[in-house]
Amino acid sequence: MAHVALADEGQHLAHPKTWIGAYVWSQDHKIIGIQYILTATAVGVVALVLSFMMRLQLGFPGAFDLIQPSEYYQAVTMHGMIMIVFMLTAFFLGGFGNILVPLMCGARDMAFPFMNMLSYWVYLLSVIVVCASFFVPEGPTGAGWTLYPPQAITEGTAGADWGIVCMTVSLGLFVVAFTMGGLNYVTTAFQARTRGMTLMRMPLSVWGIIMATILGLLAFPALLVSVIMMTLDKTLGTSFFIPAISSLGENLSHDGGSPILFQHLFWFFGHPEVYIVALPAFGIVSDLISTHARKNIFGYRMMVWALVAIGGLSFIVWAHHMYVSGMNPYFGFFFATTTLIIAVPTAIKVYNWVLTLWQGNIHLNVPMLFAIGFVFTFIHGGITGLFLGNVVVDVPLSDTYFVVGHFHMVMGVSPFLVVFGGIYHWFPLLTGRMLNDTMGKIHFWMTFLGTYAIYLPMHYIGILGVPRRYYANGSTEFLPDSVQAANVSITIAALIVGTAQFLFIINLVWSIFKGKKSERNPWRATSLEWQTEDYPPKHGNWGPELPVCHRWAYSYSVPGAIEDFIPQTEEPSENTKGDVH
Amino acid sequence: MTATLIILAVIMGSVVFWLIRQTINVQPWAEEGPIGQHHAGGPLSIPAVKIGLVAFLAVASSLFSLFISAYFQRMDYGDWTPLIEPSVLWVNTVLLILSSVFFQRARNAAIKSQVSKVKVNLLIAGLFTFAFIVGQLWAWQGLYDAGYFLTSNPANSFFYVLTAIHALHILGGLWVWSKTVFKIQNKTEVHKIRVSVELCTIYWHFLLLVWLVLFALLLST
Repeated sequence: MAHVALADEGQHLAHPKTWIGAYVWSQDHKIIGIQYILTATAVGVVALVLSFMMRLQLGFPGAFDLIQPSEYYQAVTMHGMIMIVFMLTAFFLGGFGNILVPLMCGARDMAFPFMNMLSYWVYLLSVIVVCASFFVPEGPTGAGWTLYPPQAITEGTAGADWGIVCMTVSLGLFVVAFTMGGLNYVTTAFQARTRGMTLMRMPLSVWGIIMATILGLLAFPALLVSVIMMTLDKTLGTSFFIPAISSLGENLSHDGGSPILFQHLFWFFGHPEVYIVALPAFGIVSDLISTHARKNIFGYRMMVWALVAIGGLSFIVWAHHMYVSGMNPYFGFFFATTTLIIAVPTAIKVYNWVLTLWQGNIHLNVPMLFAIGFVFTFIHGGITGLFLGNVVVDVPLSDTYFVVGHFHMVMGVSPFLVVFGGIYHWFPLLTGRMLNDTMGKIHFWMTFLGTYAIYLPMHYIGILGVPRRYYANGSTEFLPDSVQAANVSITIAALIVGTAQFLFIINLVWSIFKGKKSERNPWRATSLEWQTEDYPPKHGNWGPELPVCHRWAYSYSVPGAIEDFIPQTEEPSENTKGDVH
Repeated sequence: MTATLIILAVIMGSVVFWLIRQTINVQPWAEEGPIGQHHAGGPLSIPAVKIGLVAFLAVASSLFSLFISAYFQRMDYGDWTPLIEPSVLWVNTVLLILSSVFFQRARNAAIKSQVSKVKVNLLIAGLFTFAFIVGQLWAWQGLYDAGYFLTSNPANSFFYVLTAIHALHILGGLWVWSKTVFKIQNKTEVHKIRVSVELCTIYWHFLLLVWLVLFALLLST
């Protein structure tokens, strides 16, 4: 019997009649997802090139006239903010969130397609504004990605006039864009699932994206509040954050503001932001590992509740970024405790990934390589997080390269490996073609080994006391010559790894046109996105009837089944012999 | 950040409580076959727009609670001089309460499909809301004339920012209100009008609650 699910009620999809309607002003969630991915990739390449500038200066101090202290700090700032907010957040939630949530839930589109389209265009506007800051007088802000006042808006810091205003305006726009998108993801997952797709039958990718969206919806307002106040301090002369201060020998009109207030607001957004990037990665990697190990995910319920627990706890750990801000030491004790507690659900997830791999029929194809690579880098980044979560260890390591190494491993490299794994996995679904396998494997090994060559030495020089955000170390008593040798080595590795990413982009472009045609469901996956009537799926995703979900998303290698996977849409009698369990 | 943590604890607690009810004792690996819409864990059977609005209210709650947390933290510094709230704020509060009352009356009429009654109540509610916005601007003018400028004290800065952010939310609501009035003019189907009016009513009640909290905060500090 034809089933009309809630997803179909009252939702009239506007099928576009023109090319512009189909690919530019599109309301199709898949096209919007691709638009997000392309924009995030483009701005990510800008951030990658900025990191080249930083590494060239650190590896070969003073060798490049182009990189003066101001330019260096601007590169540091823009690299960090672009990568975290405009690249990773947008890629995971705007990109993967848009493509996967409706398809995996069995919906025709997002709950509010027009608002979804608007979300992308406001995001694009935010990217344009942040990139415009490269062309304003004095260039972009050089205040560091944390934008701490008072230095972010006082003379002497690069981009303290136009640059910082561009940054705060673009962040405000980003929050608006994210909110419009986020309301869509949450509503779609909670209301527009197809018949039989109960909450506990949802793939973990959807769980990860939805939990990250809930975090984003609640945490991004903190960023909005802080940038509104910062903009008012800068433009109208209020004193929310700026204390009485003398700048370049002149007393400013500000009085009594609290820089610590900004830090609280910023990190109240900033720490959940780590999980806004990490939770979708957790979800996607769970699905990649299960599919390519041909084994059901270990501890599904625990995996779901670990996501929920991490999400909840992420709101009460923010001040572990502020141990050296002069706050009350008892707060430090509290936040160290909560930080260590959050390691428990995180560790549960890591154990479950490893136990899913255990005795699985592991197919070492490119998405799986990236997924396993993620488990390695995440464990390394996570363990150094335990060091930094403790006040007594954090204080001497604060603002050293140990911190830089830690957060790049845990929320830079790890999510990026999942981004790559996800693209290699779902590229055939969107294009009908496979990515080149050889180029993919070269890309993986260069990226995976290369990142260790970059970030492991950073931990070492951090322990030696090399401070982060320094244009040049100069000659100091406590730093041995080997630090500079390490910096040269890191720079060479970074340039190689960075260049390898262009190989990936070449692979993407080449494969869209010349890649091997993909058979339907090439990975023999169970989840709904691979069971569409058209392949690749068209606008509306499904044929005249929505699919009916008969089981969870992890029916791999079921004893007694004819094949080693049973799609979620398959009725119980067709492919199974007896019970699934 | 206590105010924010309390609000977030309520929001996250509600989500977790709902999730527990949906997922407890469910063993997805052991269940096969389609499960009805109303089985535990099935999709919600309320309109998408309503879920979207509730999610947005959670976002707005987070935003206002963060402003309130910032207000309390900034208050602790020595340069804080409380301002004297203009008395017109009391009138404005009554206007917003009245607009909420008339929205509620419009909603009640919408449930009974009394479209003409909906229209009258909706228009009156809108008028009271416009009057509230004008009253807020009046309050700003009064403060400005009395020398309470935006930058002269953090208490003043917070007053202007909090009232501005609240007014922006009201203006957003008025845009949706105007679309709803337009729908009635165009004789759109009754059930669509009913949903729009219900959403407006929920939103206005929420903004009234936010205003009452903000007003109490301003008066008490």
